[in-house]
Amino acid sequence: MNKVLCTALVGWCLWPILAWSAPRIERWETANGVPVLFVAAPEIPMLKVRLVFAAGSAYDGAAPGLASLTNGLLGEGTRTLTADEFHRQMEATGAQFGGGALRDMAWVSLRTLTDPVYAEPALKLACAALTQPRFAAEDFARVRQQMRAGLLQEKSSPGALGDKAMLHAIYGKHPYANPSGGTETSVAAFTPAAAAAFYQRYYVSNNALLVMVGALTREAATRIADTLVAKLPRGAHAPAVPPVVVPAAGQSVHIDLPGEQSHLLLAQPGITRSDPDYFPLVVGNHVLGGNGPVSLLFQEIRERRGLSYSVDSHFEPLAAAGPFVISLQTEARREREAQQVMHETLAAFLAEGPSEAALLAAKHNLIGGFPLRIDNNNKLTEYLTVIGFYRLPLDYLEAYPRAVEAVTVAQIRDAFQRRVRPDHMAQITVGPHIAPP
Amino acid sequence: MFARLISLCLAGITITTTAAPLTQEFTLENGLRVIVQEDHRAPVVVVQIWYKVGGSYELDGATGVSHALEHMMFKRTKHFATGEFSRRIAELGGRENAFTTADYTTYFQQWAASNVGLSFELEAERMRNLVLDPAEFANELKVIREERRLRTDDSPQALALETLLAHTWQTSPYRQPVIGWAADIEQMQLADLSVWYQRYYAPNNAILVVVGDVVPSAIQALSKQYFGALPRQDVPLLKNRPEVPQTGLKRLTIANSKQRVPRLIMNYKVPGLTQVGRTKPGIEVWEIYALEVLAATLDGGASARFARELVRGSEIALAAGASYSSTSRLADLFTFDGVPRDGVSLEQLEAAIKGQLATLQKTPPTKDELARIKTGVVAENIYQRDSLFSQAMILGSLAVVGLDWHLKDQYVAQIQAITPAQVQAVARKYFADDMATVAYLVSEQAP
Repeated sequence: MNKVLCTALVGWCLWPILAWSAPRIERWETANGVPVLFVAAPEIPMLKVRLVFAAGSAYDGAAPGLASLTNGLLGEGTRTLTADEFHRQMEATGAQFGGGALRDMAWVSLRTLTDPVYAEPALKLACAALTQPRFAAEDFARVRQQMRAGLLQEKSSPGALGDKAMLHAIYGKHPYANPSGGTETSVAAFTPAAAAAFYQRYYVSNNALLVMVGALTREAATRIADTLVAKLPRGAHAPAVPPVVVPAAGQSVHIDLPGEQSHLLLAQPGITRSDPDYFPLVVGNHVLGGNGPVSLLFQEIRERRGLSYSVDSHFEPLAAAGPFVISLQTEARREREAQQVMHETLAAFLAEGPSEAALLAAKHNLIGGFPLRIDNNNKLTEYLTVIGFYRLPLDYLEAYPRAVEAVTVAQIRDAFQRRVRPDHMAQITVGPHIAPP
Repeated sequence: MFARLISLCLAGITITTTAAPLTQEFTLENGLRVIVQEDHRAPVVVVQIWYKVGGSYELDGATGVSHALEHMMFKRTKHFATGEFSRRIAELGGRENAFTTADYTTYFQQWAASNVGLSFELEAERMRNLVLDPAEFANELKVIREERRLRTDDSPQALALETLLAHTWQTSPYRQPVIGWAADIEQMQLADLSVWYQRYYAPNNAILVVVGDVVPSAIQALSKQYFGALPRQDVPLLKNRPEVPQTGLKRLTIANSKQRVPRLIMNYKVPGLTQVGRTKPGIEVWEIYALEVLAATLDGGASARFARELVRGSEIALAAGASYSSTSRLADLFTFDGVPRDGVSLEQLEAAIKGQLATLQKTPPTKDELARIKTGVVAENIYQRDSLFSQAMILGSLAVVGLDWHLKDQYVAQIQAITPAQVQAVARKYFADDMATVAYLVSEQAP
């Protein structure tokens, strides 16, 4: 009886989701040429603004961590305001000012009420923080010491050590190998001047994107956008991230760390945002290890054998090929068993691809779950950032379900066999030393 | 020039109503409480079912049972094979998970609003028809051991916090880890879970929270349809396990070679909203909100006193925090947490944080500080409305510990009514040394 009910539900439940029109994205350029992506969200009297730059750790150069340091110093005062004064004035408006740096991009963001009593001073302060940062010696020293403490504590974190070793193993000399938090050597060598120079090179209007979601008319959004970026120097767009060369043979790396568990990672360079295999690989991965408890890896590793609490596989699509990673954590003495099951599950998937039923289930999850990815202002801001930064078409949100729907078993098998090569994958283990059997 | 541009640019802002969202509650005849909040921005819904059971309901030797049962709730039921449940949710684009804390166990789905009936069907089924299978339990115990190793045993910070809680509380069940002591996980029996399930998984021990693109009358009909037939049952009264009065400062050093960065944690035992007019006489409601304002005065953002005076200013701390749990089921903690800068000792950091308290005990916070905090609370209250999940969390977490969820609508007004003198009063009343447990987390024991 339950079966009947649910089959019937599948039919009529998917329909309203597909019929729901995605939010309307408006795109224009500010007077000085900064692209703006905007969605009007009139329901809640708040505004989220995010200014995005190609200024992530891929641009660290010889100084890993420089992108993070620079971003961390924005908001620590302006030319005319100390950090104390800046924070006091900003928080008096109820606004939340923040930032962040990933591999490709870095940003500053502001969340404010739209009531002009609060929004006007908040936007003015955010603009000053962005265009006239202070880079004072005492703020620099503090942020650097916080980074050093972070690096120190990471030495006891198997997860952090594993991620770093993985990036190093699959990217070698490519800038994606840079640990975004820096290294002890690079952080020790930082200077305020280096941060200022990084800022002057990358936080410029020709390298910027502005994302806005909130209770604004298009006219108000246009004026705010123009004002926010008017004082950014023009500068030049950051160079493209160099293409990634897939290592000829996968490395095996073990990091000794006393503890109960071994962390296992299997990784290789994966895909770019504009990769022609994007949809076959992402939809296929949903079957392999991206769809929580129903994915193959979860079933084999956790449900059948109790080998790990969490196990997952994912592609991180970036400007150049971002990592494809399978990871789990298991009791040290079961490390070999877990490794074997991980390899076998991947090998079987590569050989056969997903079953028709599993593919259909993955499509239903991706398509049916899509509105959950854009159902509030914060999530929409994230998506607009991706669309704008990676220059995806403006109808991406509407085109996404159709692109997922079109993927076939044969396309997935083909794309995985061409692109995922177990013998080229790095294998990382972090944990206590285990004597060979 | 710049200022002029800005004032021009806001002319076209749409001001919408800031009225609180519409929330309703009704109770089925079997005692199931249903709380519905409408939000029609997107065609989605969050369904959460909250059970009044968690780590603080457990007894010595049987810690971790609530959490283990939560894991088993994703297995077989009378009408659903193992995994079918998750498969159906996934196929309809849903997300599901669950979490167990000291005070409650919560299960949730997020998906298209049209699936709300299926959420109810699934939750009603596993509320009464769970099949606890020995082989599945044996496998799940392995998973839970891995979870404990991952989250606690191999994390020096988490391990230290577990130790610290066990030293802070002497008789309160908050001394127990929610995931369970390793030895308790080892000896856990399926029968322990069965007893727990029979005792606590009943409609009159649960609260259903629905937030999203739904109509309350339809939710009422659907909840009756799916949960209405489940029988009410007696839930045994929990024995009181009040914390014995603390009579002096407690101090401990937790040494672990993996603790690479020294850290200070100080716990003070303070009342929360559940203590007002109940377990302890002489506690007024305003004191709870004054403690919230006290926490914000010290650590409510980058302009609060800790950031301004300890992290910047005197440069004593790399990080310093203050947090207060005001809505727990039992009396809980006000916690200070800090990392000293290079060359500063944990003793100096402790003295600096206590110095901040002493300042507030002598002199109330300024009007400016309170104005900033109150503006922040008004704004945060509006920002929170952006997330359906946080809205549901606020409703459920209040209701499940026996608090009136309408408190969420009074929060802003309660904070706005707090005066500088009231903040000073709670600073004086609750932060005596003999109510504190102070822990130094270090990499090696001093010789």
